[in-house]
Formats: sequence, C-alpha cells, structure tokens
Amino acid sequence: MRTLRLRRAAYGVLAIVVSVVVFLVPFAFIVLTASKTAPDASQLEFSLPQDWAFLDNLVEVVSYRDGIVLRAFVNSAVLTVLSVTAMVLLAAMVGYVTQRRRSWLNPVVDTMVLAGLIVPPAVVPTVWVLQRLELFKTLGGLVLIEVTFGLSFCILLFRAFVATIPRELDEAAILDGAGPVRLFWTMIVPLLRPVIITVVVVQAVAVFNDFTGPLYFLPGDENATVQLTLYNFQGQSLNQYNLLFMDILLITIPPLVLYVFFNRQIVAGMTNGALKG
Amino acid sequence: MTTLSPPGTLLRKEAAGTTRRRTDSSYPLWFAVPAAVLFLVFFAVPTFASFWFSLTRWTLFDVEFIGFDNFVQFFREPQLVTGFVNTLVYGILTSGAKVVLGLALGVFLTSPILGRGYLRAIVFFPVLVSTIGVGITFKVLLDPFDGVVNRVLGWFGVDGPGWLTDPDLALLTVAAVDVWKGLGIATLIFIAGIVAIPQDYFEAARMDGASGWQQFRHITLPLSMPATGTVVILSLIGGLRSFDLIWAMTNGGPGFTSDVIGSVIYKQYQAGFYGLSTAGNVVLFAVVAAVMVPVSLALRRREQEL
Repeated sequence: MRTLRLRRAAYGVLAIVVSVVVFLVPFAFIVLTASKTAPDASQLEFSLPQDWAFLDNLVEVVSYRDGIVLRAFVNSAVLTVLSVTAMVLLAAMVGYVTQRRRSWLNPVVDTMVLAGLIVPPAVVPTVWVLQRLELFKTLGGLVLIEVTFGLSFCILLFRAFVATIPRELDEAAILDGAGPVRLFWTMIVPLLRPVIITVVVVQAVAVFNDFTGPLYFLPGDENATVQLTLYNFQGQSLNQYNLLFMDILLITIPPLVLYVFFNRQIVAGMTNGALKG
Repeated sequence: MTTLSPPGTLLRKEAAGTTRRRTDSSYPLWFAVPAAVLFLVFFAVPTFASFWFSLTRWTLFDVEFIGFDNFVQFFREPQLVTGFVNTLVYGILTSGAKVVLGLALGVFLTSPILGRGYLRAIVFFPVLVSTIGVGITFKVLLDPFDGVVNRVLGWFGVDGPGWLTDPDLALLTVAAVDVWKGLGIATLIFIAGIVAIPQDYFEAARMDGASGWQQFRHITLPLSMPATGTVVILSLIGGLRSFDLIWAMTNGGPGFTSDVIGSVIYKQYQAGFYGLSTAGNVVLFAVVAAVMVPVSLALRRREQEL
C-alpha cells in the first residue's frame, strides 16, 4: 500500500516537472521577454531580465503609433460583446423553439447546424456579399459574420439545455396568459442562466482570439482588432521582441482571466458541445 | 380498454388537439427567422456562390466564365498541389497525435495521482491563448540559431535542426505546435468519456486478475470509443481547415513547402486571383467532405458493433 502511494506521488511529481517544461516555460518566456529591454530581448534567451523594463514596455506598446493597440482593444471588446450578445439571443430562440415544437423546421435547422460545423466558409464570396450590402470593412459586418459562424455550436448547447426545463412551467405561464415573447423572456431565459454563462465565455474567447475573420473581412489599420496588431507588430518591429511579447501578454490576459473565473463553465461547454456534436 | 374505445376518447382527443394548437402558438416559428436570415445571407449564399465563382476569372467587378481552368491549374501547379497534399498530411497527423496523446493523458489524469487538478488546468490553458500569439512565441523559441530549444539541445551536444527553415521539417514542426495547443480539448473529452465508464467493470476485471494494461485494452479503450470518435472528428475538421497557426509561423514557407489549402486561399486572394482562391475553397470543401463522410460512417459502425 505504501509503495503504491509512493509510486503515485512519484508519477505525479514527474508529470508536474514535465508539464512545467512543456506548458509553463513558453508562457514564462512571454512574461520574461516582455519585461526586458530591447537589446536584452533580442538575445531570445530564457533568462531573467538584466533590467526590468516591464512598465516602460507597457507604456511604449500602449502609446505605439498613436495608441493603435488601445484602439484595437476597444474594437475587439466591442466586437466580442456585440457578437456574443447577438449569438446568445438568436441561438437561444432557435434552440428553444426547435426543442419545444416538432415541425418542418427541425430537419432544416439540423442541416444548418451540421453544415455550419463542417463546411469551411467560402472566403471571397463572403467578401462579395459583404460588399454588396456595403458592410465590407465595417465592424458591423464582422459582427454579423462572427454571429453566423458561431450559431451552430450555440444552438446545439441551448437545445440540449432547454430539454431539461420541464414543460409544466411553460404551461403554467401560458395559463396565466403569457404570450410567446413574455413566456420566453420572463420564464425561459432566466432558467437558461447556466448555459448562457457557458456560451458567453466559450464564444467570447473564440471571437476575441479570432484572426481569420478580421484578416479577411475587416482589413486596414483604422479598425484593427488585437489579433491583427499582433500580426502587424511581427512584421514592423522585428528587432523589438520586448514590445512584441508585451503585446502577446496583453492579448493573452483577458481569456486567462475568464478561464480563472469560469473554469468549470468553459470545460462543461467544450465537452458537452463536443460530445453532442 | 384497447378494443373498446370509451365514449370520452373522441372528446379528449379534440381537447388534446386544441391544447396542442394553443401550445404551438406559444412557440412561434418566427423565433428562428433572425438566425435563419443570417445563416442564409452570410453562409448559404456564399457557399453556393462559391461553386459558380470557382468556374470564373473574377475581380469582384468583372466575372468571366472559364470552366474548370481554375481546378486544372490547382492540380497542375506544384505549389498548389503541395498545399493539397500538406492539408491531408497535417490533418491526419494532428488528429492522430491528439487521439493518442489525449487518450494517454486522459487515462493518466483520471487515475489518482498527485497534483491532478493542477495538471488538468495546465494542459487546458493553451486552448485559450491566441493562436497567433502561440505561433509567434514558438517561432522565437524554435529559432535555428538563438532559439531556446536549440540552445538547450546544444548543451547536450545535439545540433538542433532548423525547425521552421528546413523544408522537410517546417510542416511537421507546425503540426507539433498545433498538437501542443489543441491537446487540452482532446484530453478533456477523453476524461469525460473515461469518467463515464462504470467502476464495476474495472472492479470485476481486477477480481479476475486483469493487469493494468489488460484493463486499458479491454475496458477503457473500447468503452471510450464515443470520445475517440468525437476527438477524431473535431480535430480532423480543425486540422484540414487550419490556417492561422501556419500563417503565423511560416507563411507557408520556406518557399511553399508548408502551404496548406487554407494558406493557398489567402495567398491567391491577396494576389487578386479571386476565382482561383474560390476554387481553393471548393477543393477544401471537397477534401473535408471526402475525409469526414467515410470517417464518421466508420466510427458510427464501430460504435454500433460494441
């Protein structure tokens, strides 16, 4: 019994050491390089900074090119909030109606969801549609794209969750004279809270981290998102690794903060959605 | 009761019909309209339009029908063919590695070991980090001369290769980083699958004197088949469509040795060859369909056999 426990502890310690090397060292490298001066950082070494320049780098990145990074953060925040709000609302409505009522709509929605999960979006034709609607290179256009691409996953989660809400609750509200909108809004939506949190967190991370969407549908410095500034930084200031990694660090923080607070919801969302998809 | 219908049945049926109608009107179909409109305009229309535009020489203002020329070019130019082959290699390699490593980690992280919570959290965190950020970080770590990885290898007297500059190695290196980043989801799905296996099976097997390996081979492996299927499908879809990590790390280089269809689409788009770019999209669609349909059918058959 004691040898068994000892062996488990040994495996655990070994795994922790490996995990530190494989997963924590790259992240520590980001933090350390972001704290170095430019010449120090250009050595690309995994070492403590000779002089800590964390704050200087932070100020420099934020003020770089009239604060393009700050503007990008605002853009990304607006993009994320609008996209996720619309996604949650629209997907909840679809998931709710198709779960509560069997109709010709169900096979249609099933096909849409499956296609949305598998078919790679056609890039240039989407640009063409956006141009026709005069939405190309606008934040609004990108919001609609993000919502569309995220709908499938959200509908799956909402439909699965609505199935756990007893119909008797609906019937009670209907007998009290609630119309469809009031029934959904005052009865169902509050009960959806757990799944809403999951969807919000998972999709917020996805939209915030999205690179391909802004690259194709929102080009130009005017309304750059954070992922694009990162990409541009890489091209423009090759010798300033400290600033590049400060930018990476800044961009990594919001998702990590979400993960720390909503760890359980993220994990639940990703495994649930996956197993049902 | 079954042969003689009691007099109330008809009435009750009618009543049921009206309540059904009443509840139906409480769940109006127009709730699905906004989502359907978005899906139609921004997904279905571009997808169907892509079949037409892939047959044209296209500048967004001007469309000229040229038949299958784009596809002929796609499979004649070595650069584009490389992208096609690389897509398959990349998709299969990353998917296979995620299944094997994810299952191993899943088994390991469901056994009672020290620091389990920490390990689960740390394996998952790369999933949340920006792909571009990961790409740039590893590009620097894998620098052929000054990179941390080759420096450490140097301590042991190993001359590290040019991970991203060697044409034979670049694609494999990016695939490895892809596995590093995506392993967390695979592991998570396997953990969920393994935890759902009833403990009685393992207990019974132990009573019969089954070794750890036998338990894994005859209980864990077959009963986590649904999880395996999910991981295979998810990682294949992601792997075949991948673009951003490759773009951040190699831009498809050196030369075009690590191009995939996703990066070919972007390069042709940038160069203004919209028809060719869209043909790339159609090819990608065909590849995804050609791989996913047999794989999901095979997986479903395996699951039914069990």
